[in-house]
Amino acid sequence: MVIETLVLAAMLICAIQAIRAPRLLISALWLAGCSALLALAIALLGAPEVGVVELSVGAGLVTVIFVFAISIAGEEATPVASLVPRPLAWVLMGLFLLLLIWLTVPGLVAPALHGDSLPFLRALWEARSLDTLLQVALIFSGVLGSLGLLAERHGGTTAPDAGAHPSHDKREATP
Amino acid sequence: MTSQVWTIALVAVFGLVAVGIYGLLIMRNLIKLVVALQILAKGVILVMVAAGGVSGKPAIGQSLAITVIVADTVVTVIALALAIQVRRYCGTLDVRAISTLRR
Repeated sequence: MVIETLVLAAMLICAIQAIRAPRLLISALWLAGCSALLALAIALLGAPEVGVVELSVGAGLVTVIFVFAISIAGEEATPVASLVPRPLAWVLMGLFLLLLIWLTVPGLVAPALHGDSLPFLRALWEARSLDTLLQVALIFSGVLGSLGLLAERHGGTTAPDAGAHPSHDKREATP
Repeated sequence: MTSQVWTIALVAVFGLVAVGIYGLLIMRNLIKLVVALQILAKGVILVMVAAGGVSGKPAIGQSLAITVIVADTVVTVIALALAIQVRRYCGTLDVRAISTLRR
C-alpha cells in the first residue's frame, strides 16, 4: 500500500510538472514519466496486461509521436498569459472536481456486485470482440487520417486534407 | 486488494483530472493542450481499472481501459497532425493568434 501511494504521488508530480514546464520537449518527457508511473501503478493494482499496453503505447509510442511533432513544429515561446484568467480557471476546476466527485463516489462505494468473473483475456477477445474490431478500425482510420494531414501540398492542390476529415470523424465517434 | 488502495487510486484520479482540466483551461500552445488532454485521459484509464476492481468485475474494467488507451492514442495522433498543419499554414501554435482569423 505504501508503494502504491508513492507511485501515484510521483505520477501526480510528473503530471503537474508536465503542465508547468515551459519547453515543449521537457513537457513531453514529464508526460512520458507520468505514463510510465501510471503503468507501474496499474500493474500494482492487479492489472498487469493493461499496464503493459499503457507502458508500450502510452509511454513509448505517444512520446515518440510527441517528439516527432515537436521536431517538425519547432519550439515556440508562447506568451505565459492565458486566455482564461487564472482565478476563474481555479474556480472552474473546483466546480468540475465537485461534479466529478458527486458523480463517481456514490457508485464506487456501493456494495460490490459479484456477477460475472470472466478471465481478462476471454472478456477482451470473446465478450467484447466488437470493441476489439472497432479498435482495429479506429487505428486504421487514425493512421490514414494522420497520413492525409501530414502530407505536403503538391502543386498547390489541397487534395489530402479534404478527404481525411469526414471519414475519420465518423469512425472516432463510434466507441 | 484492500479498499484503502482503491481510495488512494481514486484520489490520484481526481488529482489527474484536476491537473488536466486546469491545463486545458490555461494553455495557449496547441501541443501543450494535447499534453493536458493526455493527462486527463490517464485519469480516465486509472478510474476504469479502479472501478472494475471495486465493483468485482475487473475484466470488463480492464478491457474498457485498453479501449480508452487505443482511442486516446488515435485522438492524440490526429490532434498533433492538426497542430503541425496549423503551424505550417498559420505560422504559429498560439491559440489566440489563430482565433483572431485576421490573416
